[in-house]
Amino acid sequence: MSTPEVTAPWGWLLRSEARNRQIAIVGIVLAAIGVWLMLPPLGDNIRNATGAYGVIPVFFGVLAIAAGIWTVSRGERKLGWSAVAAGLIGIALGLVAADGSISDHEAVFVWSSLVAATLRWATPLIFAAIGGMFSERSGVVNIALEGMMLSGAFFGIWGADRFGHWALGLLTAVVAGGALALIHAFFSIHLRADQIVSGVAINLLALGLTGYLYIKIYGEQGTPTELSLIPNVHLSFIEDVYFIGPIFGNMNLMIWLALATVVISWVVMFKTPIGLRIRSVGEHPRAADTVGISVFKIRYAAVVLSGMLAALGGAYLSIGFVGSFAENMTAGRGFIALAALIFGMWKPFGAFGAALLFGFSSALARSLPEYSEQAALLFETLPYVLTLIAVGGLIGRSIPPAAIGRPYEKQ
Amino acid sequence: MSVPVTQPPVPPEQGEPTTLTGRLALYQRAGGVITPLLTALLAFAVGAMVIAFTEGSARDPNWTAAAKTFRAVLDGTGLPWLIHWFVDPRTIGATHAIYPTEADAVAIAAINLQQTLILTSTLILTGLAVAFAFRCGLFNIGGQGQYFAGIIIAVAVGTHFAGMPRGFHVPLALLCAALAGAVWAGIAGIMRATVGAHEVITTIMLNWIAYWVGSYLFSLGGPLQSDTQESVPISNDIADSAKLHVFWGGIQGLHIGFFIAIAALIAFWAILNRTTLGYEVRAVGYNPEAARYGGINVARNYFLAMAISGTFAGLAGAIDVLGWQYRYGQIDIQQSDIGFVGIAVALLGRNTAIGIFFSALLFGGLLTGTSTRNLDPTVFDPELAGNLTLLIQGLVVLFVAADLLILSVWRARRRIPIPRRKPKAVGA
Repeated sequence: MSTPEVTAPWGWLLRSEARNRQIAIVGIVLAAIGVWLMLPPLGDNIRNATGAYGVIPVFFGVLAIAAGIWTVSRGERKLGWSAVAAGLIGIALGLVAADGSISDHEAVFVWSSLVAATLRWATPLIFAAIGGMFSERSGVVNIALEGMMLSGAFFGIWGADRFGHWALGLLTAVVAGGALALIHAFFSIHLRADQIVSGVAINLLALGLTGYLYIKIYGEQGTPTELSLIPNVHLSFIEDVYFIGPIFGNMNLMIWLALATVVISWVVMFKTPIGLRIRSVGEHPRAADTVGISVFKIRYAAVVLSGMLAALGGAYLSIGFVGSFAENMTAGRGFIALAALIFGMWKPFGAFGAALLFGFSSALARSLPEYSEQAALLFETLPYVLTLIAVGGLIGRSIPPAAIGRPYEKQ
Repeated sequence: MSVPVTQPPVPPEQGEPTTLTGRLALYQRAGGVITPLLTALLAFAVGAMVIAFTEGSARDPNWTAAAKTFRAVLDGTGLPWLIHWFVDPRTIGATHAIYPTEADAVAIAAINLQQTLILTSTLILTGLAVAFAFRCGLFNIGGQGQYFAGIIIAVAVGTHFAGMPRGFHVPLALLCAALAGAVWAGIAGIMRATVGAHEVITTIMLNWIAYWVGSYLFSLGGPLQSDTQESVPISNDIADSAKLHVFWGGIQGLHIGFFIAIAALIAFWAILNRTTLGYEVRAVGYNPEAARYGGINVARNYFLAMAISGTFAGLAGAIDVLGWQYRYGQIDIQQSDIGFVGIAVALLGRNTAIGIFFSALLFGGLLTGTSTRNLDPTVFDPELAGNLTLLIQGLVVLFVAADLLILSVWRARRRIPIPRRKPKAVGA
């Protein structure tokens, strides 16, 4: 693609080797400021003036976490994780300081439920972002994650309803997502169509298809209430553990599966020959072809896998989280997953961290209306703004695989 | 690649052109008007199959239901009005049962046609927003966000300054909205031009930022929320002085935004084909490296192409608010997908002015004809039809991607056989 022509005015930021450390330190300082603003003398004034209790420490804390994740993904681990931790602690302390009326016990309850909610919101994003990683690492842009998720959500619930078991629902979802991905793969690999055009088409097709079938099959009544839903995993031995118990003691199976997916995909992508092949096909397909790797096969497999994973994320939404389906129920989550993928630098743990951050912002946006409904709406822009900043190179550039978006032509 | 500075850079004849725009330009000359027509026909045929199979069964498809549905949709578009001077419009529609007299049918067809043309105007503009950037080799899928930017500013300007003379208020609102769209797209343009951030990623992000900022602005207690209806997340009505003139029909009749859209089409054609800027934009679109070699500032053209695209989308938002909606709410933001339809419009119209006009008319008609308001629910459930429209749009976009293939095969047949046979001959 085109190389930058004009040096950005913030070029000094890009050049500086110490940049990562500076950003992490800025993150830690921000978290501290957030807490400090909430402490008694200042905090009372702010509280009286704005009426917004938790927004300020949360805002600063999230910025700190974002800075931390960035730094970590660029190799500066120690300071980066410190910034993440400072952000989390800052949010916690700030909220506690902001609302002196709640007891410690309640604070723990609030916090463990917020962490649990974060995991629930992050799970669909994790699946889709990891899926997108496979596709994009192999050199095929996948902006159709949204459509694949949506079809997973619908066919998941349809399968669970039709065949009477959530596992078969998941299977149906995976097949549907894979089929949709196969169309995308066929057009962008074999037909060498523009991958963005094909992705846009898949999104529209999924929206129309699921909406049509939903109305045709379920109509006015909506999806049945008596459905086999994905169960929670009871871990009785940690259920009573302080703080951790309420989070991990009774978590949905799919959340565990999502966490496992992250680890497995990291191992596959960076520790196995398969991963090496996927990456080489995405970086330099001609070279990969020369050493005998089938570019087409790898790309097909990667794209279909991405559709399957995205569909799992969608199925979790419908038969794990919500328990019903609505037209266009993913409502842009596929694009948040895409943002998480880019923000996480096309790496499993980067994408995971970003998905957690974006999930956290969603969870918070759902619990913020108690404080301020408008702030909650503005909070929804966070994933997109951060990604925009990330690709803009303000805090270290996100650089995609080299051959992404370019169809490969055999010679 | 030695392209003399004085000669226009042409797409390379041998091998694949480097950009999608280059490929499209090549195939466009090869396929002409035939392939888009085939594309649309094929998509509609699949749509008919979906109806026939779901209304009937796999073994016994109900083709009459499909035919009836398409006739009802055609009625809903109001297009039969165009022939009412010569024949009874009911002869090509299916409105016999509902409207016993020809006068009634003509009146209803006129109202429906006004709806279709209102939507067509907006779609022309959102289609141009995609097409202009496309001609520069950029894929602007941020039409939706730029449309929202136009909407928000048009509402802000339209609801304030009441009592300003119409001659100032309308142009002011249009100008501000167009500028807002240009700025919103310009962000993506600048990012592409300076740091090389891919415009597809940035425009997706900008779409959703606009979506949520708009939701915030119109939310309860939000800055643009109504003063009179405090429990409804909707804006104030815009002042009468900011409303566009309605020249055909009564309530929600056809407004002069239609002419704005037509003017935009002409401007699009003129900029691209009759100005230095358009020449540069096309050159960059065909082959940025060659253009750079030829002394064209590629970064500047990326920015300008995006900003001009955004202007079109911002205008689309403005004519919707000032022309017939007059207010905007959270629910409108959630349901709007006009910017995305613009992608299908531009792709089917092959990013040319005349093509965009006809494909906007096609999609405008399709969307109006399948709307809850216009489609006869006794023939086909409008909710199903709405989704069928999405399906047809998706198929059109998919087939546009595919007809590149059909054409490349067609092109390959003419050229490639000679080098291909050689190795075979050697082997044998």
